[in-house]
Amino acid sequence: MSAEKTADLRVNVAGLRMKNPVIAASGTFGFGREYAEYFDLSLLGGISVKGLTLEPRMGNRPPRIAETPAGVLNSVGLQNPGVHRFIEREIPFLRQYDVAVIANASGSTVADYEAIVEILSDADVDCIELNLSCPNVRQGGMTFGSSACGITEVVTAVRKKCRKPLMVKLTPNVTDITEIARASEAAGADSLSLINTVLGMAIDIETRRPVLGNTVGGLSGPAVKPIALRMVWQVARAVAIPVVGMGGISSGSDAVAFMLAGASAVMIGTAGFVDPMVWPRTIGEITEYLDKHGFSGAGKLTGALELW
Amino acid sequence: MHLEQVAGMEWLSPDVIRMVLKSERLVSSAKPGQFLNVRCGDSYRAYLRRPISICDVNRESGTADIVFQVRGAGTELLAGVKPGEFVDVMGPLGNPFKPVQPGGSMVVVGGGIGSFPLLLLLRTMPEVRRKALLGFRSHEAVVLEEAFASNSERLEIATDDGSHGQAGFATNLLERCLEQEKPDCVYVCGPLPMMKAAVGICMHHDVAVQVSMEQRMGCGVGACLVCACKTRDGEGFAYTHVCREGPVFDGREIVFD
Repeated sequence: MSAEKTADLRVNVAGLRMKNPVIAASGTFGFGREYAEYFDLSLLGGISVKGLTLEPRMGNRPPRIAETPAGVLNSVGLQNPGVHRFIEREIPFLRQYDVAVIANASGSTVADYEAIVEILSDADVDCIELNLSCPNVRQGGMTFGSSACGITEVVTAVRKKCRKPLMVKLTPNVTDITEIARASEAAGADSLSLINTVLGMAIDIETRRPVLGNTVGGLSGPAVKPIALRMVWQVARAVAIPVVGMGGISSGSDAVAFMLAGASAVMIGTAGFVDPMVWPRTIGEITEYLDKHGFSGAGKLTGALELW
Repeated sequence: MHLEQVAGMEWLSPDVIRMVLKSERLVSSAKPGQFLNVRCGDSYRAYLRRPISICDVNRESGTADIVFQVRGAGTELLAGVKPGEFVDVMGPLGNPFKPVQPGGSMVVVGGGIGSFPLLLLLRTMPEVRRKALLGFRSHEAVVLEEAFASNSERLEIATDDGSHGQAGFATNLLERCLEQEKPDCVYVCGPLPMMKAAVGICMHHDVAVQVSMEQRMGCGVGACLVCACKTRDGEGFAYTHVCREGPVFDGREIVFD
């Protein structure tokens, strides 16, 4: 039987070259070690690692998770071992695999962002994803990421230090995400990723307390997918730089929808808690879709939405 | 992930059910203190898996039991699974209890639904002198009494209202026990205030103590960092994670707030 020609899955997101468009989303995948026990990490296009800060952070008080209909609220609070330990211990581990490494970086001041980006620019990573959107830390970047002038200030400063493809991760907790997206692009972002979690809350009526130790947290999972899809579509039309879509993706059809809406690649996170094989399964399902519908490559999907 | 076939479902009390899984894989791999992260179906009402400790294994029948309290959407769905159907499980996950040496002695202290993982622990250490001290709310809540009795040299039960065994808490039983003898290790699983008290009693008597902690989990494998638990770190504390570094900890490492 002659092998049918299958679609070319490779994508290039503003210099971030990946063998396929599926990336493990930051904060849901650690540094890959845990899921390496479930599948070969080399199957993935990329891994966006747990959000890094200059110094180690111990994170928020528990409980840090609340289940909600079709979703999850979390308030981890950027617990991480610090950028130096990441470079010493985690990059060598990740480099055993053929997968793009995306360093997700956070800070609480512009100087923090400049410093961590400078450090990561000398490290063996393929891209820096600037987290300007963590809802769980008082100064976890969302203060910058939720206004156009804040984002302009940080991205402009960081751009001067950054010698890697620079992806800016956007928060959905804003009035007009396209304004933030355009400000990021104008300040020098190479690409955008969206959405981070949607600020939410859960209350235990028996104890009359918030479920989360941090009172509020970020919502992710299928519940946010329509919001994420709408924002990806809006942003992709508003900017010329590539967009990486995420928010509730848990299958190939979800991923295809985000790409049709304008995403060049997708990130998957929360769905992995339910099904650790969601990442490789989604890659297979995207391939099936491309072949079935006669697309020669994954890149052809991007923005192929036909409007009414 | 593994699909395991359900061989039986049995209510042990009005809200506690045993699910028997036909699984040579679990029989040969499950260690006491470990848990399964169980998918409750494909409903968006219970999106996340539920971590449930392994209660028992039976080599003759090739089965492993999980026992859980029905107290929400997820466990309701799981309780509705019929024998012959399959459940999707991850695991065994987490670190098991550390055993005591053959010829030694141990005491397990269980509070309510926290008792369940202690049964497998007792069963796997037949060459150790074993005592079980269990606390329940009331007579109706007492489950697995025979199984604990047949896997220990002595079983004592306390109920909050005195309707079964002695009136009081499992920690009262522990206090009396440690005044008379000093086991090589005490193993505790139950509600947080009970574990805090039990660890305090063990430290007072200078007896080794291991605890199995519970916390709301996300991934169950150590990637998402939500199931944080305060542990001692120098003069201060750190957040470690119940699913990966636990659920079993040295009781003296835990910072009980």
